Amino acid sequence: MVPVEYYTGLSIILFTLGAVGVLVRRNAIVVFMSIELMLNSANLAFVSFARNYEAMSGQVFVFFVIAVAAAEVAVGLALIVAIFHSKRSIDIDQIHSMKG
Amino acid sequence: MSFFLHPLTLVTFFPLVGVIVLLFLRDEQKTLARWVALITSLITFGISLAVLAQFNPANPDLQLAVDLPWIPLAGWEIHYFLAVDGLSILLVLLTTLLTAVSVLSTWTAVEDRVKQFMIFFLLLEVGMVGVFLAQDLFLFYIFWEFTLVPMYFLIGIWGGGRRMYAAVKFFLYTMAGSILMLLAILWLGIYQGSFQVPDLVAKGGIPPNIQFWLFLAFAAAFAIKVPMWPLHSWLPDAHVEAPTAGSVILAGVLLKMGTYGFLRFNIPLFPQAALQLAPWMAGLAVIGILYGAAVSYAQKDVKKLVAYSSVSHLGFVMLGLFALNPQGVQGGILQMVNHGLSTGALFIIVGMIYERRHTREMDAFGGLWKIMPIYGALTLIVALSSMGLPGLNGFVGEFTILLGAWGAGQPGAALGSHWFAGLAAVGVILAAVYILLMFQKLFLGPVTKEENRVLLDLNWREVVTLVPLIVLIFWIGLYPKPFFMLMAPAVDKLVAVVQTAASVALIP
Amino acid sequence: MFFQETLSQAPQFFGLVPWIVFFPVIGLLFNIAFGKKILERGPAGEKIVGWVASIASGLVFLVSVLLLVSLLGHPEGKTVPLAEWIKIGNFQVNWAFQVDTLSVVMMLAVSLVGTLIHIYAIGYMHEDVRHNGDPGRFGRFFVFMNLFIASMMILVSSDNFLMLYVGWEGVGLCSYLLIGFWYEKGEDGLGNALAGKKAMITTRIGDVGMLLALFVMFWAFGSLDFHTIFEKAPQVAQASPGIILAITLFMLVALTGKSAQLPLYVWLPDAMAGPTPVSALIHAATMVTAGVYLVARSADLYILAPQAQTAVALVGGATALFAATIAVGQFDIKKVLAYSTISQLGFMVAAVGMGAFVAGMFHLVTHAFFKALLFLSAGSVIQGVERGEHHLAHDPKLKKHAKSLGHEFDPQDMRNMGGLRTRMKTTFWVYLIGAIALSGLPPLAGFWSKDEILAEANQLNVAVYVLLTLAAVFTAFYMARQILMVFFGKPRSAAAEHAEESPPLMTIPLMILAALTVLGGVINLPEWHTLEHWIEHTLGAAVHKAEFVMLVAVLSTGLSLLAIVVGWWIYNARRYEAFWAEPAARRPDDPLRRLIGPLFDLWKNKYWVDELYWAVILNPYIALSRFLADVVDWRFWHDWFHDQVLVAGFNRLTGLLAVRIDLGIIDGIANGLGKLAQRAAATLRLAQTGFVRNYALSIFLGVVIILGYLLLR
Repeated sequence: MVPVEYYTGLSIILFTLGAVGVLVRRNAIVVFMSIELMLNSANLAFVSFARNYEAMSGQVFVFFVIAVAAAEVAVGLALIVAIFHSKRSIDIDQIHSMKG
Repeated sequence: MSFFLHPLTLVTFFPLVGVIVLLFLRDEQKTLARWVALITSLITFGISLAVLAQFNPANPDLQLAVDLPWIPLAGWEIHYFLAVDGLSILLVLLTTLLTAVSVLSTWTAVEDRVKQFMIFFLLLEVGMVGVFLAQDLFLFYIFWEFTLVPMYFLIGIWGGGRRMYAAVKFFLYTMAGSILMLLAILWLGIYQGSFQVPDLVAKGGIPPNIQFWLFLAFAAAFAIKVPMWPLHSWLPDAHVEAPTAGSVILAGVLLKMGTYGFLRFNIPLFPQAALQLAPWMAGLAVIGILYGAAVSYAQKDVKKLVAYSSVSHLGFVMLGLFALNPQGVQGGILQMVNHGLSTGALFIIVGMIYERRHTREMDAFGGLWKIMPIYGALTLIVALSSMGLPGLNGFVGEFTILLGAWGAGQPGAALGSHWFAGLAAVGVILAAVYILLMFQKLFLGPVTKEENRVLLDLNWREVVTLVPLIVLIFWIGLYPKPFFMLMAPAVDKLVAVVQTAASVALIP
Repeated sequence: MFFQETLSQAPQFFGLVPWIVFFPVIGLLFNIAFGKKILERGPAGEKIVGWVASIASGLVFLVSVLLLVSLLGHPEGKTVPLAEWIKIGNFQVNWAFQVDTLSVVMMLAVSLVGTLIHIYAIGYMHEDVRHNGDPGRFGRFFVFMNLFIASMMILVSSDNFLMLYVGWEGVGLCSYLLIGFWYEKGEDGLGNALAGKKAMITTRIGDVGMLLALFVMFWAFGSLDFHTIFEKAPQVAQASPGIILAITLFMLVALTGKSAQLPLYVWLPDAMAGPTPVSALIHAATMVTAGVYLVARSADLYILAPQAQTAVALVGGATALFAATIAVGQFDIKKVLAYSTISQLGFMVAAVGMGAFVAGMFHLVTHAFFKALLFLSAGSVIQGVERGEHHLAHDPKLKKHAKSLGHEFDPQDMRNMGGLRTRMKTTFWVYLIGAIALSGLPPLAGFWSKDEILAEANQLNVAVYVLLTLAAVFTAFYMARQILMVFFGKPRSAAAEHAEESPPLMTIPLMILAALTVLGGVINLPEWHTLEHWIEHTLGAAVHKAEFVMLVAVLSTGLSLLAIVVGWWIYNARRYEAFWAEPAARRPDDPLRRLIGPLFDLWKNKYWVDELYWAVILNPYIALSRFLADVVDWRFWHDWFHDQVLVAGFNRLTGLLAVRIDLGIIDGIANGLGKLAQRAAATLRLAQTGFVRNYALSIFLGVVIILGYLLLR
C-alpha cells in the first residue's frame, strides 16, 4: 500500500502548480484550469486522508467540492464568455474596471 | 348634577354650540353669522345670570362646583374642576356681557370673513370663562393658554396695519410669562400632591423662601397680562392694532385675567410672599398709575390714549389688591368690573368714530358734539366714569381702593406707608387731565374739518350697544351694594388667610 | 311761648328732604326726554323748557322752606337715610340727608338764588342762543342747571363727608359743562373749552386734598358720618392732635380749589367764559361757597386745630386783598366781578378760619344775593350792548358804523360802554344797589355781614383784620370805577349808544334780588343775631359770639367812602371823557396808570400768576409727559428695548445657536464622521487595483502569513 505521504506530496505539487498558474497566467481559461487543479489537489488530499483514517467524511467532502467546482465552472465560463463578448479578450490583466 | 347640564359647564362651553352652527354656514351668510354669534353670546349671558341666581352671596366658599377626575396620575390627579365664588362671579358676568356687547359692536365693523371672526370670538369666550371658573391649576393653565390662540388670530387677521407684529408680540409676551407659571404649577402640584386650588390653600405650609420664588413665577405670567409697569410694552400695540371688538375684550376681560390671577392664586397660595412683596407690587402699581396717566396725555392717537389709560387704571386695581384689606381688595375687584365697563365702552366709542372716518388721530376731529350730540353725551358719561367722577362707577372703585391703600399704611400693615395712596391719588388728577383732553380734542371747539360735518349720529344699534354699559355705570356708581355684597364673604375669607399667614410670620 | 308750642306741634316735613335732589333730577330728565321736541315750537317751547327747570328749582325752595318750618319746632334737626351706598367691612356710607339749621341755610340760599337765576336765564338764554347761533342748545343749558341744583343740594344736605364729596365733584362737573357751554367759542374757538378744563382740573387738585382728608378721617374715626366724627373728635384730638391737623389742612387744600383761594384761584376768572347766569349762580353765589360751608360744617374739627384755623384765616385774608387789587386793573366787566368774588370768598374763608363761623355763613348768604345781582345785571348790560351791536348791524343806515366796529368788538369791555345809565335804567339802579352792598356801605346787607367779619377779625386775628380792611378799601374803589365806567359819562361805542334795556323776564328777578340785597342784613342784625342763634343749634359751642364794634364799623365805612371818593375823583364823567378824548396813541389804557404806573401793570396782568403756573407746572408736566411717551415709553422702551434689545437680542441668540452651535458643533460632528469615512475610503481604495491577480496574490500572502503565524507561534 502506498503510504499517505506520497499522496500528500502529489497533492502539494499539484496545488503549487495550480497556485502558480493562478498567479502568473493571464489567460482566464488557464487561470480557471489552475483553480480546478488546486481544487482537485485538495480532493486528492481529502480522499487520501479519508482512506488513511478510514473516515467517510473526507470522501463526502470531496463530493461537495466536485459539485461546487462544477457550479463554479458553469458560472465562471459563462462570465468569461460574457466578458469576451464585450471586451473581445480574456486577458485578465486587461479587465480592471473594478479599480478603486 | 350631570356633567353636561351643570350650569358652570354650560356657561363655559355653550359658545361651542354657536361655533358648531357657524361651521355649517357659508362664507357669504354674513348677517346670519352675526345673528348666530349674538344669540349664542346672549344665551351664554343668560346662563351666567342663571348661575348668579343659584349663587349664594353669603357663602364665602366655592360654589356650584363640578369636580371630576380627568387625568389620573400616580399620586395625584388632574381634575375637571369648575366652581365659582365671590371673587369670580362678577368677572364671569362681565365676560359674558362684554362678549355679547362686542359682537353687537362689531356688526358693521367686520365685513371680511365674518364667520371665522365670530368662531374665534366664541372660542375666546370659552377660554375666558374657563379661566375664571377653573379651580384646578392644570385646567386653569389650559384655559389660560387657550385664550391666546383666538386672540392671536383676531389681532393677526382682522387687525390694523401692523397686525402681525402686534399679534406675535402679544402672543410671545404672554407665553413667556406663562412658561414660568407652568413650572411653578408643576412644582406646586408635585410638592403638595394636588392641583386643586382649595386643597392647596388648605394645605399651605410652603416655606417662605420657596413661596417667594413661586409667587414671582406666577406673578411673571399675571403681571405681563395685567400689564404692570414696566411690562406693558405689548399693550399699546395689541390694543391699537386689534379690531374694536378685540380691544374691548382685551381691555375688558383679558387684562382682568392677570389681576384675577393675583387674587385667586398669588395671594391665597403664597400669603407670606404676598405680604412680603406687597410694597413692591403696590410701588409698581403706583408708578403704573402715574406713568400711564402721563403717557396717555401725550398721545395723539385716541385709541392709544385709551390703551395707556388702562395701564393707569389697572395700577389702581393692583394697588387695591395688594392693600390686602377688605376695602382695597373689594375695591380692586369692583374696579376690574368698572374698568371693563368704562374702558370697554371707550373702545367701542373709538371704534364708532373710526368706522366713520377711518382715522384715530385726535387732531382730525374737533367739535363733534355739535354734529353728533347723542354720541357726545354718551361719550361724556363714559369719559367721566373713566376719570372717576362720584356718582358713576369709577369713583366707587377708586375711592375704596385708595381708602384701603391708605389704611394699609398703618404701621405693621401690608404697605406700611401712606405714600402709595397719596401718590396714587395724584393719579386721579392726572386722569382728569388726559380724559378731558381727549374729550376736548374730539368733541369741543369748532368743527375744523369739513369731512366731519357730514358724520351721522349713532344709529339704534350703536346706542343699544352702549346702553347696557351705561346703565351699569350709573348703577354701580349710585348703588354698588349688590356688587359688594356678592364678593364680601369671599374677600373676607381671603383677607383672613393673609392675616393668619401674617400672624404666623410674626412668630419666630 | 304759644308760638313755640304751635311750632313744635306743627307737621314735620323732614321726610321731604330727598325731594330737594329728586325735583331737579326729574326736571332734567324731563328736559332730556322731551326738551328737543318741545324746543321745535320755537320761543314758546323755550318758555316751557325754561319754566319746567325753574319750577323744579322753585320746588326745591319750597321744600327748603318747609324744612325751615319743621326746624323751627325741632331745631335739633333730623337725619333722613335713603339707602345704603357702600359697605365694606367696617366701612359704611349711606345716602342720607341731614336737615339741620346749617344745611337749611345753604339750601334756602341756593334754591332761592337758583330759582331766580333760572327764571332770569329763560330770558337771557333766549337771546344768548341766538347770538351764538345755536338755538337747539337752549334745552341743554337748563338740563345742566338742574343738574347743578341737584348736585349742590347733595353737597349741602349730606350727612357724611363722602356724599358731600359727591356733590362737591358734581358741582365741579356742572361748572365744567357750563363754562364750556359754548365750547366752540372763545379764543381760537377753544377758549371756553379750555377754561372749562382748567376749572375742572384745578378744582380737582383741591378735591384730592379732600380725598386724603376722607382717608385720614375714616382710618382715625372709623366712619365718615358727620355726627360720629364730630362726637369722637375731642378724644382723637387728645390722643393724636396731628390727625385733626392733617384732616383740616387737607380740607384747606380742597377749599382753595373749590372756593378759588390762593393758590388755586386761577380757574375762576377764566370761568367767566360761561353764560352769565352760570357765572352768577355757580361762580359767585353757590358753588364757590362750598368751601366755606365745608369749614363751617367741620367747625368741630377746626376748633381743635388752631394752627389750621390760622392757616385758613391767613389764606382767606391774603386772597381777599390779592384778588381785590387785581380787580382794580381789569377792563372786562365780568372779570372785575370775578376777582371781586374771589376777594369776597376770601372774606368768608377768613371768617370761618378764625372761628367766626356765623359771620362767614352770614356773608355767604348776603354775598349770594348781591353778587348774583351784580352778575345778572352785568349780563343784562352785556346783552344790552349786544342788542345795540345787533341793531347797528341790521339797520341799513348804521351799517357803515357797524363796520367800523369790526369783528373785534368786545361787548364785555367796560371801555366800550359808558352812559348806560340812561339807556338801561332798571339795570343801572339794581347794579348800583349791588355795588353799594359790595362796597359795604350801610344799611345794605353787605355792610352787616362784612362788618361782622371785620369786627370778629379785629378781635381774633389782627393780621387778618388788616388784610381784610385793606381789601374792603380796594373793593369800594373798583366798584366805584366800574359803575362810573359803565353807566356814567357818554357812550364810548356805537353799540353802547344803541344799547337797549332787557325784557321783564330778566329785570324782575333782578329787582327781587335787589330787594333781598337791601333787606338781607335782617337775618343777622347786631343785637338780634338771628342767624347766630339759628346756627348755634347745629354748631353749638363752636359758635363764636359776635359783637358789634362801632369803631370798626365807622372805620371801614369811612375808608370805603374815601375809596369811593377817590374813585370818583379819577373816573368822574368829565375827567374820564377828557382822558378818553386824547389820541389813543398818547394816552394809556386807564387813567390810573398815570398815577401808579407799574403797579397798575402788575394788577392788570394779574401778577402773572397764570404765566407762572404755566412755566412752573403746566409746561414741565406737558414736557414730561411728552418725554415719557415719546422717548421713554416709545423710543426707549417700546422700540429700543423691545425691538432692539429683546427682539434683536433674541435674533442674535437664535443666530448664534443656528450658525455657531447648530451648524458648527452639532452638524460638525455628523459631517466630521462622514468626512472621516470618506478620507479613509479614499486611502483604502488605492488597494483596489482591479487586477484579479493582485487580489489573488494578496490572498495567498494572507494565507501564508496566517499559516506562518500558526506554525511559528
